[in-house]
Amino acid sequence: MLQVSIYRYNPETDAEPYMQDVQVDTGGKDLMVLDVLEMIKSQDTTVGYRRSCREGVCGSDGINMNGVNGLACITPLSETVKNNKLVLRPLPGLPVVRDLVVDMSMFYAQYEKVQPYLQNDTPAPAIERLQSPEDREKLDGLYECILCACCSAACPSFWWNPDRFIGPSGLLQAYRFLADTRDTATDERLAQLDDPFSVFRCHGIQNCVNVCPKGLNPTRAIGHIRNMLLSRAT
Amino acid sequence: MVRSVTSFGRSGLSDWLVQRVSAVIILAWFMCIGGTLMGGVDYTQWKTIFDGTSMRVFTLLAILSLAAHAWIGMWAVGTDYLTERLMGPRGNVLRLAYQIGCSLVIFVYVIWGIQILWG
Ligand code: SF4
Ligand code: SF4
Ligand code: FES
Repeated sequence: MLQVSIYRYNPETDAEPYMQDVQVDTGGKDLMVLDVLEMIKSQDTTVGYRRSCREGVCGSDGINMNGVNGLACITPLSETVKNNKLVLRPLPGLPVVRDLVVDMSMFYAQYEKVQPYLQNDTPAPAIERLQSPEDREKLDGLYECILCACCSAACPSFWWNPDRFIGPSGLLQAYRFLADTRDTATDERLAQLDDPFSVFRCHGIQNCVNVCPKGLNPTRAIGHIRNMLLSRAT
Repeated sequence: MVRSVTSFGRSGLSDWLVQRVSAVIILAWFMCIGGTLMGGVDYTQWKTIFDGTSMRVFTLLAILSLAAHAWIGMWAVGTDYLTERLMGPRGNVLRLAYQIGCSLVIFVYVIWGIQILWG
């Protein structure tokens, strides 16, 4: 029997959050954490969490498992369970809506700030804007982000200043458009980032890199942004 | 863009650059002093070193670097932990008091350093 401890909080009925202990019979199989959650929910339908694709694509089930952020659907028990114990909490640093469901508004507000869409003020070509394979390659490791917030919710700088520091996820996307040769707003984009908080609150601790379920590297992207700011200003 | 009137250079990039450059100057100064001390010096030798203008200017540069470095670092700590988000309106009062305290201490150290060097 796997010992699972789940963070429970229903603001309408609970005065404060508490941890609920549940025993789950995994039948000795190396299930994914999401499978365990589904088993628990079949017993107690009041447990709240988000999920959709159950294959690491939609980014909706980012939670904290035994202290590490990740996607429940692609995290096997063998990777996270220690001493037969599994502690499940919502992503840290974001307000809890209910149980494992967090309010992502602050996270999305930062994403919105980096204007995550292609901007090009030259006349549109007849069919499409072309890009060489080499230039397209520059977007690898950036475009794959699924906005699960595992990284930003693991970043102390984002915990303390979620309203002013864009956070690893948003900055990875900022660089995705800075690096795109079809985008012509590079200078305006950089001008928006040159304050003491948006980029420079990153202290390079790499918590973000450690947890990204897609294996992306926000710290490296942040370094590139810093270098672009530096060459623009000096 | 986030405005901040109390940060050192008002821009994230300049603060970041000053932090890096000042770190190098401080390191160079300590290596220079460390090297001298390792070679073994007595009081008169030590005094001649600091009677020279170049060493005084270098030391002043190191003191000013330390002051800038300290301010940027302390400012970052204050704006992380002493904030309205974490402690309510009290955070703003505390942070301002903390920033005034830090700047006073740094100011006193700089003046004191200059006094020692040219006194
Ligand atoms: S490297 Fe930067 S963005 Fe990543 S967790 Fe650390 S402070 Fe946050
Ligand atoms: S960078 Fe990785 S951890 Fe962060 S939001 Fe994107 S996919 Fe999730
Ligand atoms: S359910 Fe879609 S990423 Fe896990």
